[in-house]
Amino acid sequence: MQRRIRSLRIHIDTVINGARFGGDVEANVLLIDFLRDQMGLTGTKQSCEVQVCGSCTVLVDGRPVSSCVYLAYELDGSAVETIEGAKDSDFYQKAESALVRHAAVQCGFCTPGLVMTLKSIAENGDATDEAGLRRSLSGNLCRCTGYRSILDAAAEIVGGS
Amino acid sequence: MSSIVIEREVVRQDKAIGSSVPRVDATAKISGAAEYVGDMSVAGILHGKVLRSNVGRAKIHSIDTSAAEAMPGVVAVLTGEDLTDIDPYYGHALRDRPIVAIDEVRFAGEPIAAVAARTEAQAEAALLSIFVEYTDLPVVASLDAALAPDAALVHEGPTREGFAHGLGQLPEREGNVCYRYGFERGDIDEASGLADIVIDRDYEFPAVYQYSMETHSVIAHHAGDEISLWANCQHPFLVRAEIAALFGLSVNRVRIVVPYLGGGFGSKSYTKMEPIAVALARKAGRPVKIVNRVDESMVTTRRHNMKCRMRTFATRDGELLGRQVEFWLDTGAYADNGPRVTATTADAAPGPYRWPSVHIRGHCVYTNTSPAGSYRGFGAIHLQWIGESQIDEIARAAGIDPLEFRRQNLLRPGEEVRPGGRPLDADLVGDVEKAAAAIGWGRERIVNRGLGVSVGLLAAGAHPVSSASVRMDADGEVAVLVGSTEMGQGTRTVMAQIAAEVLSMDPAAITVPGADTRFTPYDRSTGASRSTTVAGKAVELAAREVLDALFETALFFFDAAEREELHADDGRVWFRDESVAYPDLIAKRFGFVGGELRGYGEVKPEKGSGSYAEGPVFWEVCVAGAEVELDRETGVVRILQTSSVADVGKAINPQLIERQDEGGAMQGLGSALFEEMLYTDDGVLLNDTLLDYRIPATEDLPEKMTCIIVENGDGPGPFGAKGCGEGAMAALPAAIVNALTDAGVSMTELPLTPERVWRRIQEIEGQQQEGKP
Repeated sequence: MQRRIRSLRIHIDTVINGARFGGDVEANVLLIDFLRDQMGLTGTKQSCEVQVCGSCTVLVDGRPVSSCVYLAYELDGSAVETIEGAKDSDFYQKAESALVRHAAVQCGFCTPGLVMTLKSIAENGDATDEAGLRRSLSGNLCRCTGYRSILDAAAEIVGGS
Repeated sequence: MSSIVIEREVVRQDKAIGSSVPRVDATAKISGAAEYVGDMSVAGILHGKVLRSNVGRAKIHSIDTSAAEAMPGVVAVLTGEDLTDIDPYYGHALRDRPIVAIDEVRFAGEPIAAVAARTEAQAEAALLSIFVEYTDLPVVASLDAALAPDAALVHEGPTREGFAHGLGQLPEREGNVCYRYGFERGDIDEASGLADIVIDRDYEFPAVYQYSMETHSVIAHHAGDEISLWANCQHPFLVRAEIAALFGLSVNRVRIVVPYLGGGFGSKSYTKMEPIAVALARKAGRPVKIVNRVDESMVTTRRHNMKCRMRTFATRDGELLGRQVEFWLDTGAYADNGPRVTATTADAAPGPYRWPSVHIRGHCVYTNTSPAGSYRGFGAIHLQWIGESQIDEIARAAGIDPLEFRRQNLLRPGEEVRPGGRPLDADLVGDVEKAAAAIGWGRERIVNRGLGVSVGLLAAGAHPVSSASVRMDADGEVAVLVGSTEMGQGTRTVMAQIAAEVLSMDPAAITVPGADTRFTPYDRSTGASRSTTVAGKAVELAAREVLDALFETALFFFDAAEREELHADDGRVWFRDESVAYPDLIAKRFGFVGGELRGYGEVKPEKGSGSYAEGPVFWEVCVAGAEVELDRETGVVRILQTSSVADVGKAINPQLIERQDEGGAMQGLGSALFEEMLYTDDGVLLNDTLLDYRIPATEDLPEKMTCIIVENGDGPGPFGAKGCGEGAMAALPAAIVNALTDAGVSMTELPLTPERVWRRIQEIEGQQQEGKP
């Protein structure tokens, strides 16, 4: 006989990119799968699945989290912002301009996650000198650029001036 | 502040080329709008997961899928038994690999079965209910084990040639050696007899993983007698041929669409997850999407680990007499691109010097480990650090500065690199002098610091077969149809620039869609630094045909004009001080509001068959410099600065070239310092996640990286261009090894982990103690 296990669903109230969302999510669904598969927000990318590479970075209440190891139900009472939500901001205009100018985008797979980390740095007042940026961005891996262009763009995006 | 230093030697006169126009795909990628295979879906899609072997080698007695088939959401379960109506083996070099294991598994990670279900979670759950009965077989999980006289054979039965190996007559398999390649000239025994200085050492190079951020991903649909694939493959036309042959269809019944790739670096070259996805979709009767996890992609492809013995012979004055190299590349359980990697490694083995005698032997060896294929700079990266460290040793033994030694002995433009092949087409002495100057060569010695340079050549371009078409629509905008896949290198931007240059228009008015084999003209592949040079030439020729059509039409506008008196500028055709815009010319040509101008360009071998023996298309220069700092207490090696030379003939987009060199250098740094795949004695990969397989991060970035772009107009591509992007990766490990030797610690194994370096320091200090009276 086959056992049938009904999955556990949990009601959450959250805000996704500024829009209220209330509904049930399966208890074991990861935030990245919830965002990509159920909300259609595919700008967030999955790579390492073990909270190392930063491709899946989104902001929960303004702080960066790796959505690959964050359960969707934990969003209850919080607000999540993805690259799709970050697009309509002054920060984004500045970020896009600098990343394009420095050609800090190559394959682009790590880029949305990087932008979200940068947004957090800009909004939370983290250290923005070279050493500070190297530390803050050490959780956003990029295999294409070699990082110099990313750090140069980052200094412009989150720097003082 | 940026510390990137760019040296440019040519005064720029062009508009569309030679300038760093912004990437055409940048804004879409930043916003997350750019689509990768994993972001795509089609109607009726199912999700596929693969059951993989957890043992290195075993006989399969039975596979029971009945429980899995009854699981919720499951539509189909694929095993080898579903493939009896086709010849289920593939491999472009050797046709040695079944779509899923048949009777036997040959490596831990090999696909045994696959499930298609309505959701990924359902498919994953069903894998746990597939029961496989094995008997373990003897495992040969290393080169030493596979090469032992009584070693178990990874493959028995006859060798079958793949459809696109391009290596001429393949030798018979001998034991576990599936391919051999070598060459010789002069008398190596005589060189050995005459030599005062003999450097003779054994070396080891590790298996490493390409780690493109995006894993192998594919959507396959097999409906009626047509197969459709959305795949992140670098070589869609070669995959198309292979899929067509596997499933018994003509190539025009197989369609492959390639969106953006989230990195490639060779990991997505040739055929990877496509056959199993098609076979699963065929059984399910519905489209199936497979997206690998990282641990799955890590056993899908990797770089060949290698053992090598190299001997270099010289007189006491430093006159080079000969070089003898024998190496063994571990290609894993299936050949993948191993034969080509072996041939390219052999080509790189002598290094770019004038040798009275060379004797090169390369072996490609099957083991029960995950298959190894292409990775950026293959061949050169394997042997350049070895050859160049021996050059430094000889220079020191002869009392000559290593840079001066290279000045005296490096090949000059026009000299023979390989018998019968293309002569040297680059200024290596000029290149290495620039790399050395950038890191402060000749400065005063600093304790525990070292400087190193390295020079090498990489046979680039692969088989020179590419075609492209350029279409100008009635509104004057242009689409370039070319098979080069955009995997981050910027090929769509460069192709737009090339077409824009020919047509004297703004690159922003040119679109370059991704490859779709149904519409895109044939292109052999995207790799071997060939796109700008080979496919770019096809785009240039296609654009010229469109320009010809514009001029032809313009003659009806300007009654008095001769063809030679016309020229194009800023989207218009000019005759003296009169001009007409392209859309007006198209309207005139057709007398209608629509219509289009089409140009077609093709590149094929200039002479002979374009075979490997007559190549390469060009020699890619691999030149780098490095300064390292050694902590003798801990063995930690820190890279203070690097330099690399992109000798590109003509820089179509200097900024993209810098990114190629910086990115390549960082991958080279990872390979040199810490990247290494570790297998158990049973062939199971131990470090198959980013938790324990480390790739470079921001904090590994050297304080200073200098990218030097050299433009001598000596490339065979459009406007004298030639490819780049692999040289820095191939050359940097060698420069780092030489710099560490300069700091007092010579190494014969990579990567240069603190433990390995520390042990070597103890060994050297022990020898120095013993040497004292």
